[in-house]
Amino acid sequence: MKGVEVTVKRVSRSYGDFKALDDVSVGIQKGEFFSLLGPSGCGKTTLLRIIAGFDYPDSGSVAFDAKDILSLPPEKRQSNTVFQTYALFPHLTVYENIAFPLRLRRVDAKTIDAKVQEYVRLVQLEEHVYKKPSMLSGGQKQRVAIARALINEPSVLLLDEPLSALDAKLRQNLLIELDQIHDKVGITFIYVTHDQSEALSVSDRIAVMNKGKILQIGSPYEIYEAPATRFVAQFIGETNIFSATVLSCEPYEDEYMLCVDVPALKEKVYVTDAEAQQVGSSLDFTVRPEKVRISLNPPRSTNKTLNTFKGVVDEPVYSGFQSKFYVKLETAAETQVKVFKQHTAFLEDGPDIEWKDTVYVSWTAGDGYLVKDTER
Amino acid sequence: MKKFLKPHEREHILGTVYGWPMGLWFTLFFTVPLGIIILYSFLKRGLYGGVEWEFSLTAYRQMFNPSFGKVVLRTLWISILSTFICIFLAIPCGYAMAKSKHQTFLLFLIIIPFWTNSLIRVYAWISILSTEGFINNLLIRMGIINQGLKLIYNNGAVVLVLIYMYLPFAILPLFTTIDKFDFSLLDAAHDLGATKLEAIVKVMFPNIRSGLSTAFIFTFIPIFGAYAVPLLVGGKDSTMIGNIIVDQVSKTRNWPLASAFSMVLTLISLVGVFWMLYNGKREQHLQKKTTQQTLEHNIKSHHTHRGKA
Repeated sequence: MKGVEVTVKRVSRSYGDFKALDDVSVGIQKGEFFSLLGPSGCGKTTLLRIIAGFDYPDSGSVAFDAKDILSLPPEKRQSNTVFQTYALFPHLTVYENIAFPLRLRRVDAKTIDAKVQEYVRLVQLEEHVYKKPSMLSGGQKQRVAIARALINEPSVLLLDEPLSALDAKLRQNLLIELDQIHDKVGITFIYVTHDQSEALSVSDRIAVMNKGKILQIGSPYEIYEAPATRFVAQFIGETNIFSATVLSCEPYEDEYMLCVDVPALKEKVYVTDAEAQQVGSSLDFTVRPEKVRISLNPPRSTNKTLNTFKGVVDEPVYSGFQSKFYVKLETAAETQVKVFKQHTAFLEDGPDIEWKDTVYVSWTAGDGYLVKDTER
Repeated sequence: MKKFLKPHEREHILGTVYGWPMGLWFTLFFTVPLGIIILYSFLKRGLYGGVEWEFSLTAYRQMFNPSFGKVVLRTLWISILSTFICIFLAIPCGYAMAKSKHQTFLLFLIIIPFWTNSLIRVYAWISILSTEGFINNLLIRMGIINQGLKLIYNNGAVVLVLIYMYLPFAILPLFTTIDKFDFSLLDAAHDLGATKLEAIVKVMFPNIRSGLSTAFIFTFIPIFGAYAVPLLVGGKDSTMIGNIIVDQVSKTRNWPLASAFSMVLTLISLVGVFWMLYNGKREQHLQKKTTQQTLEHNIKSHHTHRGKA
């Protein structure tokens, strides 16, 4: 495996009173596709700029393969960056832009030509080699930026929201291409984004950040299915989330079955958890909308741990492959439960559930999840 | 039926109408005098100033007098040296201003000297540089020297004061282009392995070329025609073309020769202006071409894409 291990230890950075990074530590493995995910202003770009060498931390250390790099200027680091605004040199052609790092190192013309051709092929820009950046589309510009950053054969590629300026369709295609490029070159990729779906689809691991801190590091699956905090649960995907108090906790198979009181639902809810929780402790209860079932008839199961609520469809949102329903509960009219229903079969007369229909929403104890609210 | 003008026709007529006052002004006070100067340079000198109406190339022949040649060469080296020092100083100034949070204040500082007449500012320099002036006084009081240094009435003083006078004209155009420059390009250059100097020379300079050429023209042309500065702070070996012209008009009363020298100044300035126009036009042309091509390309790729699907 090529690439290096990137170790960030206890890094802090403030701008005046604003703490952009607050004691951040993260270890990124060799050849990993690692994403820093968070809303704008969460410190993800600052961390990337510190790794690249454009910014300097107030305290802490950054090392590539256990070798400290903070004392090195950007041009001496084994990392290259793909900028959000592309930062292509407008006075140079695509060819010269990609050849720029090699020309700086005074590589001979023959080697330059061979390498430029190789990387032009990697990003599929063969037709546009002699164009100036102003003649390229956004996606093509971003490809030039990627080729230019890779031609130096860095050990780490830093990507600063590289796709945010592109339209949705193109973004999906480039994302897949980026993943394929990662498979080909095999170096460490550090990818900064505020788009959770981008991060989920390509990353090996994700660090979710907010307010200068890392809240959770894990695989996309872990981050989505087992969010560590209320913020992570809300930021990644969509969810229903309510404050809850633990009423009882009993061992159930290899987990624990909890009964929690959810004031917003005016009802008790059964939920399983891997850890035992103290009776009376306050937690947040969350259930993903796609795990909630919606039907016109009450569910047949009599299992008491199946949480069932009666309600009225307040707002149906049809989007082709699925429908979203905002259901107002009978027991708690001020609370809406979000439900996603996948349309797997052809519907003759359109969606079977319509506005103002009385419906039953239900989910099993295993589909709910308890999170700690660290920010309360 | 009444004839209505199409919008672009109306604009065209309006353009002509609005252009008239300026055209008239330039014809009366610029083109006509220039014509007179050209005409005079090809005439014979009158005995007590003025001209005799007889065609002659004497004025141009007199220009090749070695004593004048020395002045032309001196004018050239003084102008080129001062211009380059101006630009050399103006680049970091413009850079700092573009990066600064107090742009308006810094711009204001640059404009302040223009509130005072330039002659008065030259006299200020005389009082700073002269043998009993500020600098010499200071150095004597500090005990570094015991006799006034000769800081004034030499070519060095001329270059110094010329730089002082024309530095703002180099800073302003450089500031405006550097302000528009995308500094993330410098980050990108560092990231790709360029040192600070390499990044500035290979990435920044090519992208602020229009500012560099404007700064060059704005300083070189007025310095090349300088008259008051060499007269007031220069020595007897600091004469520049501007001084020759004045001497020929007022002392020697050789108007054709003065006109011929003026022609030299005008021609050199014109070369500069055309160079600048050419640069600007080329940039514009390139941009126009690229947007046109991008558009065509996008339309084409759009259709071929559809065709395939």
